[in-house]
Amino acid sequence: MDYFVNVTITGLTQGIIYSAFALALVLIWRSTRIVNFAQGSMAAATTFIALALIQAGQSYWVALVVALVSGFVLGALVERVIIRPVEGGPELNAVIVTLGLFVAIQALIAIIFGSSFQSFPTPFGVRGFQVGGSTIPLTPTSLYVIGSVLITMALLVALFRFTRVGLAMRASAFSQEVARLLGVKVGGMLTLGWGLAAVVGSLSGLLIAGGGFVYPAYMDSLIVFGFVAAIIGGLDSPVGAIVGGLILGLALSYVNGYVERGSALVSVAALVILIVVLLVRPGGLFSSTTARRA
Amino acid sequence: MAETHGSTAMSATGTTGGTATTTRLLEVEGLSSAYGPVRALDGVSLSAEAGRITAVLGANGAGKTTLLRTISGLVRPVAGRVVLDGEDITKASVESMVGRGMAHVPEGRGVIAELTVDENLRVGALFRGKVGKDEFDRVYDLFPRIAERRNNAAHTLSGGERQMLVIGRALLAKPRVLLLDEPSLGLAPRIVAQIFGLLRQLVDAEGLSVLLVEQNARSALSVADVGVVLNLGRVVVTDSASTLMGDEDLRHAYLGF
Amino acid sequence: MSDLQSPTSAAAGKATDDAPTTSTAGANAPSAPTGTGRSFLPQSTLPRHLVVLVLSAVLAVVLLEVSSPYQNSQIATLSYYAIAAGGLTVLTGMNGQISLGHGALMAAGAYTTALFLDADEPLPLPVILLAAIVVATVVGALVGVAAARLHGPYLAGATLALAVGLPGLAIYFHDIFGGEQGMRVRAPQAPDAFESFVQTVSGNNASSTKWLAYVGVICLLITYFFLANLVRSRIGRTWRAVRDQEVAAELAGINLGAWRVLAFVVSAAAAGLAGGVLAIVVRLAAPSGFTLVLSLALLTAIVIGGLGSLLGALLGSALLVFLPPFVTNLGSDFGLNGTEAAQLAPFVYGVVLIVAMIFAPAGFVGTIRLRRMTAKARRGSAAQAKAAGANGG
Repeated sequence: MDYFVNVTITGLTQGIIYSAFALALVLIWRSTRIVNFAQGSMAAATTFIALALIQAGQSYWVALVVALVSGFVLGALVERVIIRPVEGGPELNAVIVTLGLFVAIQALIAIIFGSSFQSFPTPFGVRGFQVGGSTIPLTPTSLYVIGSVLITMALLVALFRFTRVGLAMRASAFSQEVARLLGVKVGGMLTLGWGLAAVVGSLSGLLIAGGGFVYPAYMDSLIVFGFVAAIIGGLDSPVGAIVGGLILGLALSYVNGYVERGSALVSVAALVILIVVLLVRPGGLFSSTTARRA
Repeated sequence: MAETHGSTAMSATGTTGGTATTTRLLEVEGLSSAYGPVRALDGVSLSAEAGRITAVLGANGAGKTTLLRTISGLVRPVAGRVVLDGEDITKASVESMVGRGMAHVPEGRGVIAELTVDENLRVGALFRGKVGKDEFDRVYDLFPRIAERRNNAAHTLSGGERQMLVIGRALLAKPRVLLLDEPSLGLAPRIVAQIFGLLRQLVDAEGLSVLLVEQNARSALSVADVGVVLNLGRVVVTDSASTLMGDEDLRHAYLGF
Repeated sequence: MSDLQSPTSAAAGKATDDAPTTSTAGANAPSAPTGTGRSFLPQSTLPRHLVVLVLSAVLAVVLLEVSSPYQNSQIATLSYYAIAAGGLTVLTGMNGQISLGHGALMAAGAYTTALFLDADEPLPLPVILLAAIVVATVVGALVGVAAARLHGPYLAGATLALAVGLPGLAIYFHDIFGGEQGMRVRAPQAPDAFESFVQTVSGNNASSTKWLAYVGVICLLITYFFLANLVRSRIGRTWRAVRDQEVAAELAGINLGAWRVLAFVVSAAAAGLAGGVLAIVVRLAAPSGFTLVLSLALLTAIVIGGLGSLLGALLGSALLVFLPPFVTNLGSDFGLNGTEAAQLAPFVYGVVLIVAMIFAPAGFVGTIRLRRMTAKARRGSAAQAKAAGANGG
């Protein structure tokens, strides 16, 4: 029973990071109908910026802020310079462009920061809390992970629900032409959307790195997991992305915890889950595509 | 009557005045646009006056929708110019049009289906900054049917309700020129009559200038002051609506009734 | 506006193939795989391809005999990249489906080859490679059935998961597949006939490297001959119809799903063969050899070459083989250390993918062909131009 609780808590902590990453994918998908396969390497780039600052003696928090800001700048820049020319074009072109960006950024990280494994700090302890004499895997760090993702999500909800910019962003995402005719500067909104998504992506990159090791390709599995989570939720739905991330986190944690040598099977399990979801509900569990097409 | 090009010396002041003035709010001069090598518009000239409804008629493919899209900048012209109240807006951005006093309701209703009715209206007023609640209430008074559904997602609305929503949303922008693309498309005749009647009231009461693109020529001419008939991207004839109604040959040749 | 389009494009004949103004990545694969040299080659498809095949074989023998052993091994590498890229370009270029999972399909072929060669009395090499093809085809069919219902980014993501997930199986079943270390592959013995052949042709030493290069090139030629004919056949035309005119194809009674699965199967077969050749050339089948980078490299090859063009896939693969040493040296000259310089090649791939999509989505071959067609179209009927232009409305 204790073991089950432990595995569950681990799954939820991992899952919420997948949720954040999936949310970043969904934000971009909604605004530009593009899956940003470069999300992972963009996040890795900002994590390495943070690492460089920490190694230069700055505090974790300074590094965090700088990384998130540089994530925003990177996301906005990518949209303006690279994505803009292929927006609205054939979907294959956009997919190939983001893949190219993925490869290029990852290689650039290796060239600038090296390919070796480097440890990344976490601001809080990684030892579990004591409950009735036994240690549970709920650590201060996992609380920090869960808390920061929840705060970020709350901020995003507030932005989209209650602010004028948020309304303009939603209008631009759903119907570019109508929004432009209504005087909304759609180009700016898309850039803003990519920037914000990159901030969320960067956050998930920093969180997954905390207390572990980073290397240029350390986000590769998170791209897959985040994508699977987003698909489970239906790519269009922010709530779906969050639920999808949690479901996937739990599922993979159970595979890891209950199947012998299950760690080797985690990616395979993600693949199987993805295929099953796509075959049973191609639009994802929370898809609103039927409403959109109508 | 509208064929003769007078000077555009009318000042910007007083354009929203009474219905009797013949201020040329919108002037289109020799406008041509092309999709690749295909000319969609070929030297179209027309003008829309304050307090008037100008109907643009013609068969499918005549260039009506392209005309509106070129006026509002969604399509860039290859020749000619668009003058709004004395100011050349040919090269102005799409986003700036509504701020200049020109609202464009595109073909196919143009509601943002994922947003609620209320949010749709609020998007329409975004560019003006703070807009008082009374202005929203006025739109809801005008269209009680959408007022009941203000918190529903727009994709749940019927075709007529959607049309009311987009017209209401356009009015929130306080335009002087309203471009309407096929508002009657797919609506029951009773609803069309209702919407056109309302349009007439607004134009008479507020001195709005409406450029109305319609395939449904009979209904459009019944409400319009002036008709412009397009065929294959060119203006065939411009005349008062009543004259066009009376010209049986023309009606048979271009308007299909 | 769209109602304008259909009658005019019908009048323009094969407007789908020739419409030059659309420069989309997927829609730019015209019918002829290699449309060059019509002047002296036979007009009908099969004899023409046979002539090209024989000429290419002669050219390949000359190349292999005048080049150094190192270049021989480069050609061997080129051959497996090109086989896989040829299959992928049929899938992506002809049928419009993207796959980031071809590295995993190659892994299926490579591990099969490694297992069969591991036997005490290995079967003849052609049989083993055939087995590699069959295994990859079965995996490809399974993936293809799932993929047929997906499009664009969904398909890209699903095959991405395949690329990352499938090598995990090799680690999980480490007793069979050797886990992270992978399986050493025994090099197949060259037959005696090969030695005497090389002796007769050039008098060179028939090394094992040379034998592997010959195996690679033979597989490459057979694959491309097969694919070129397939692409020109009714099957190829149907694939393009499924890609370009989805609705029309469906109305014409074409089962879209089945044709998509078929495209996936054919391309998986090529990937399986490529994996088999890779295994014997590299002498190792290990998870580290089939990372996402491999799948993305293949995609780069076909994008650079021009989607849907076999010649383009070959040129793109050549770039994959010859570019890395070049830029790595360049990086070293600029003071990068070994591991840093090694990353320059993927960096260049990435940049090339982006630049190609923004400025020349049709790739090398496609851009040249597009120029030619545009010129032809200008001279030709205005009606066709009108059909292409009306898309904008």
